[in-house]
Amino acid sequence: MQTRTPALIDHTTGIQAQDVHAWFDRLHALRGISMTVPERKVTAVIGPSGCGKSTFLRCINRMHELVPEARVSGRVLLGQENVYDEAADPVLVRRRIGMVFQKANPFPTMSIYNNVAAGLTLAGERDRRKVEQIVEQSLRAAALWDEVKDRLHKPGTSLSGGQQQRLCIARALAVSPEVLLMDEPASALDPASTLRIEELARELANDITIVIVTHNMQQAARVSDFTGFFLDGELIEYGPTNDLFTKPRDRRTEDYITGRFG
Amino acid sequence: MSVAGRVAAGSSARTGDRPFQLLLAVMAAAVPLIIGAVLVALIAAASPAIQRFGVGFFVTSTWDPVAEEFGVLPFIYGTLVSSALALLIAVPLGLGVAIFLAELVPGWLRAPITFFVELLAAIPSVVIGLWGIFVLVPWVRTTLEPLLKSTLGFLPLFSGPPLGIGMLTAGLILAAMVVPFIVAVSTEVMRAVPRAQREGALALGATMWETTRTAVLPYARSGIIGAIFLALARALGETMAVTMVIGNVPQIKASLFAPAYTIPAVIANEFTEATSDLYVAALIYAGLVLFIVTVAVNALARLLVSRVARGPAQIRE
Ligand SMILES: Nc1ncnc2c1ncn2[C@@H]1O[C@H](COP(=O)(O)OP(=O)(O)OP(=O)(O)O)[C@@H](O)[C@H]1O
Ligand SMILES: [Mg+2]
Repeated sequence: MQTRTPALIDHTTGIQAQDVHAWFDRLHALRGISMTVPERKVTAVIGPSGCGKSTFLRCINRMHELVPEARVSGRVLLGQENVYDEAADPVLVRRRIGMVFQKANPFPTMSIYNNVAAGLTLAGERDRRKVEQIVEQSLRAAALWDEVKDRLHKPGTSLSGGQQQRLCIARALAVSPEVLLMDEPASALDPASTLRIEELARELANDITIVIVTHNMQQAARVSDFTGFFLDGELIEYGPTNDLFTKPRDRRTEDYITGRFG
Repeated sequence: MSVAGRVAAGSSARTGDRPFQLLLAVMAAAVPLIIGAVLVALIAAASPAIQRFGVGFFVTSTWDPVAEEFGVLPFIYGTLVSSALALLIAVPLGLGVAIFLAELVPGWLRAPITFFVELLAAIPSVVIGLWGIFVLVPWVRTTLEPLLKSTLGFLPLFSGPPLGIGMLTAGLILAAMVVPFIVAVSTEVMRAVPRAQREGALALGATMWETTRTAVLPYARSGIIGAIFLALARALGETMAVTMVIGNVPQIKASLFAPAYTIPAVIANEFTEATSDLYVAALIYAGLVLFIVTVAVNALARLLVSRVARGPAQIRE
C-alpha cells in the first residue's frame, strides 16, 4: 500500500500560462497560450504531432530557452511567481518543476540508488541518512521500490524500459517538485507498463500537480482531470476531460478526438 | 528466367562475400603478426647486448660507449617522468578546453578554435623543437624556473640552477604536443553525449557546470580515457622535440630543472655514430626496452582505470 510521502505533501502549486509564445529561430511554435493548470490534478495536453505540446511543457520549466536560437515571451506563473521574472533563476525553477521525458534517460554510469539521489546531491544534501530515506520514499512513490530494493547498487540501465521510466520518475520526485511535467512518458512502453505509469500519475496527483502530454486519447481520458487540445501552436479547447471528450465545443477538437485527423 | 535460375544467381552473388571476408581476416591477422615480427627482429638484433648485460641493463645507470658499458635506467626514468609531467599538464588543460568547446562555446566560434587546435597537432615536431629552443627554453630559464624556485624552492623538485634546458621544458613541450589529441578526441566524445542525458540533469535543477559533471563527463568517460592513452603513447614515443630541449644527459636527478635523456632521444642521437656491434646492439636493446615500457605503462594504466571506473559503465538502449 502506498503511503503519502511527507516530503511531497505541502506547498503544492498550480500553473498559469499567460499569453505564452515560443519560437525556434523563425518558427513560431506557440502562438499565445493562456491556460490555467489547477494544483493537485492531472492535466493532459493532446494534439497532433508537431502542434507544440512538448514546446509548451518545456516553456513551463524553462527548458525551451536551452535550445540555441529559441525564444519565449509571456508569463508562466508558478503559484504567484512568474518563472520568467527578471529575478527568477531557471535552475531553481527546474528544481520546483520536475520533468519526465518521452524516452527514459537514467544516467548510465550511476547505480539505481545514485540515479534517484542525483538531484539531492546536486542540491547539496550531505546527510546520508536523509538521502537514504528520500531515495526509498521516492522509489516507493514511483512504485518501483519492491522491484529494486535488493539491487539498489546495480546500474540504472540494468532495468527494463518501464522500470527505467519509473526510475526517472523517482529521480524527479526525489527533489520534491511541486509540479511534474510528463512528456509522453509511456509512449515507448508496453501496455502493462503504460498502465502502471498511468496509475502512478493519478496517485501522484494526490500530492503534486501533474501535466502529461499524450498522443493517446484513451490515456488522456483515463488519467486526466482536465484536457487541453493543441493545434498548430494554439490552445483550441481546454476544460474538464469528461466534457472535452463527450461534448467538445470546437469543431476541430471533435474532428481530432473522433480520429478524423491527426 | 526460372525461379531456380534466380536463386542460383543470388547464391553466386553471395559467394562474393567470401574473398572479402578472407581479405578482412588477413588484414586483421596482419596487425599482431607485424607486431610479433618487429619484436622478433628487435630481439635478434639486440641479442649481443641482451647476452652481455641481461636484465641488469634495466637497472644500470652507466652509459659509456668507450668502455662499452651500457644500462638504460636513466633513459627509462627520463622517458617516464617527462611523459608523466606532460600528462599532468595536458590532461587538465586539454579537458578544460574540450569542455569549453563542447559545452560553452557558441557555434560560430567552435570551428575556428578547433581549427587552431588541430593545426597545433599538425606542426612537425622538429619545428616545435625549434620553437622550444628559441622561445620556450629562454622563457623557462628566465621566468618560470626562477618563479618556481622562489615559491616552491624548498621542494627538491624545484631546486638547482635554472638552466632552461631539462626535464621541465621537455614535459612542457610534450604537453603542448599531446594537448591537441586530448582536446580533439574529448570534444568529439562529449559532443556525442545525447541531449537527453544533459536534459535529464538540467531538469533536476543542475547548473551548466553541474550538468557537465554529472551527465556529460561520466557518459563520455571511456572516450576521454581513450584520448589520454593516445596522448600517453604519443608522449612516450616522441623523439625530436624532446631531444632538442631535454639536455640529453643520462642522469637521474630529483630536480625537474636538471637535464635528462629519454630512450627515443638516445636512439635517434647515437645510432649513426654507433660504431661497434655491441654499441648498436645496446641501442636496439634500448628500443626493445622502450617497447616493453610502453606496453607495461599502457597495461598498468588500463588496470588502474578499470579499478577506478568499475561499476556501472555499460550503456543499454
Ligand atoms: N529543436 C527544435 N528546433 C527547431 N524546431 C523545433 C525543435 N523542436 C521542435 N521544433 C518544431 O516546433 C514545433 C512544435 O514541436 P513540438 O516538439 O512542441 O511538437 P509536439 O506537439 O510535441 O509533437 P510530437 O507529438 O511529435 O512530440 C514543430 O513544428 C517542430 O518541428
Ligand atoms: Mg513532443
